[in-house]
Amino acid sequence: MAAEVVETEAVDGPCRLRRFSCELGLLSRPDGSAAFLQGDTSVLAGLYGPAEAKISKELPDRAALDVLLRPKVGLPGVLERSREQLLQQTCEAVVLGVLHPRTAISLVLQVLSDAGSLLSCCLNAACMALLDAGLPLSALFCGVTCALQPDGAILLDPTARQEQEARAILTFAIASTDRKVLMVTTKGSCSVQEMQQCLAVAQRAADTIFQFYRDSVRRRYSKS
Amino acid sequence: MKATPLSNCERRFLLRAIQEKKRLDGRQCYDYRNIRVSFGADRGCCMVELGRTRVLAQVSCELVPPKPSRPTEGVLFFNLELSPMAAPGLEPGRQSELLVSLNRLLERCLRDSKCIETESLCVVAGEKVWQIRLDMHLLNHDGNITDAASIAGIVALCHFRRPDVSVQGEEVTVYTPEERDPVPLSIHHMPICVSFAFFHQGTYLLVDPTEREERVMDGLLVIAMNKHHEICTIQSSGVVMLLPDQILRCTKITAVKVAEITELIQKALENDQKARKEGGKFGFAESIPNQRITAFKMESAAVDTNDVEEQAGEIIAKADPPSEVFANPVLHTQNFTSKHQGFLNSCSFANPVVHTPGTAQIGEGIESSWGDLEESEKEEAVEEEGESEAAAFECEKVETEDTSTLRETKSDEPIVLSDSEEEEVVILEPQELPRKTRTQTSSKQENPSKKAFNKRRRKKRTSR
Repeated sequence: MAAEVVETEAVDGPCRLRRFSCELGLLSRPDGSAAFLQGDTSVLAGLYGPAEAKISKELPDRAALDVLLRPKVGLPGVLERSREQLLQQTCEAVVLGVLHPRTAISLVLQVLSDAGSLLSCCLNAACMALLDAGLPLSALFCGVTCALQPDGAILLDPTARQEQEARAILTFAIASTDRKVLMVTTKGSCSVQEMQQCLAVAQRAADTIFQFYRDSVRRRYSKS
Repeated sequence: MKATPLSNCERRFLLRAIQEKKRLDGRQCYDYRNIRVSFGADRGCCMVELGRTRVLAQVSCELVPPKPSRPTEGVLFFNLELSPMAAPGLEPGRQSELLVSLNRLLERCLRDSKCIETESLCVVAGEKVWQIRLDMHLLNHDGNITDAASIAGIVALCHFRRPDVSVQGEEVTVYTPEERDPVPLSIHHMPICVSFAFFHQGTYLLVDPTEREERVMDGLLVIAMNKHHEICTIQSSGVVMLLPDQILRCTKITAVKVAEITELIQKALENDQKARKEGGKFGFAESIPNQRITAFKMESAAVDTNDVEEQAGEIIAKADPPSEVFANPVLHTQNFTSKHQGFLNSCSFANPVVHTPGTAQIGEGIESSWGDLEESEKEEAVEEEGESEAAAFECEKVETEDTSTLRETKSDEPIVLSDSEEEEVVILEPQELPRKTRTQTSSKQENPSKKAFNKRRRKKRTSR
């Protein structure tokens, strides 16, 4: 697959996703691992599970999922904790934990570089790691970030600079069945109509991302 | 996650193989694994793969006041973290001995060897100096973390560019990367650690042990050297006793290895510098080889946003309204006793519903049932349907004596607390609702312990 020289900044049009790259199974120790790159933002996800859980953490009827997000510099703070919660709730919604009771699934995400849309990159990396580990899922999910510019235009997959200049940033986690929304988080203020529009745009973008998932997994398991 | 213990048969197998001069991956005793260095898009970010051991390093800087004992020197801070993804058994936040010893070794290697010129990091003596912070994360543990981390550290430091500053008298101007090109750190030499693992009481020696080999080794010797054959750090640990000529032999091996590794590092730095200068592509995305079947790339894709407004409208039109939400928000007239508040908070409820605008609900609790008393039975039946199933299980154990008045016709209706023992406070309601009669509830209030309530209740009824 030859890579052409394409600009990494989304300057050609407002509703473009940046260049996506994904590598599956790149770490030998974790059960599932994936590196997901969106333009210059990249996140590495490693997943262990289902494995023996500590007595204090085990749940009697399903798997206990916990998520750790590590920043590149410094200690994890409140922002990382809140993102971990969002990721955990999204993953718990799709992972069929009831098939593995009293086990622990731990997902560790490491930020390799942050150039905008970090949370959606984390969501995508998490989903690919779940796929790579072969955990039973009821649906796939993907993360899409929309930025609302002060004039009301919607930007998909914003870069760090676009995020700074935006009036509001909305991140959606969209499931693959019927493009339902699993999680929404917003920063900034926007009207209800704008949010609906961003949601519709995100659902369109989710089609492209799910196709990317499918193609990368197909390539991996292809015989030719 | 629990670490898998090493089985005895595996241990015996490894030791026997080493006795026969065989390694699991087919290397010779003095061979290193393949080293791969890749750089990220930010300056000072690099990833080193030593075989399958992977370390990420990032250098950052900020202006801080200097240490009082060293007013003209910059501050260096090194931190190696073992990420929980590197191996099962690595818990976050647990300061294991391994982590402490690794950190200490790397600090000695990089700081005490004076490879970085700290005097050049001084901006205003005694007031402002640069603090250079090196964060390293172990991403995959397949042995020999020390070597991989030392390579990652020194490469990241060489790759890093700090902002340019100029000092005019008292004023310090820090230039952004757009204004003036950032400046590299002044690095005198590049110390690289080489690890030697000893087996069978020092009889056998292996360079660059893998994780399995590390588990069965007797002792470890780490020598940090630069390409000028200067030993920067030397450390021997474990239960092995080494002879002087063994150590000298190791230093000779180290010199050869360090020369090779330094050459590789220089080449990688040059390639990256060239790619950046010529405007080519750089970053982790470029370091993923195209031919790998596990890697996949997609170019920038446009998303079709025609008819987005119609789709947005459709979403809202087609969406089912949530069943618990009231079409007409109703303000309720009862006061809550703290007792019942306690009840409500103890019942967890999946979908809390705010019945009353202007009142907030913090956390998950059963929805406020103020005003359930005032609703018509039918309206309650409609509303309660959605919430009752969820609340039913939790609330079944609620005492029925104190509870209120919601007499639903359904038998599995939860007993909702709402109570009305205190004086009535009338709040304006947008719609007039038929007042429920109290007769049906009075039968429930026969509990002698609740006489006080009943008295007030009766008072209320009579006051109506």
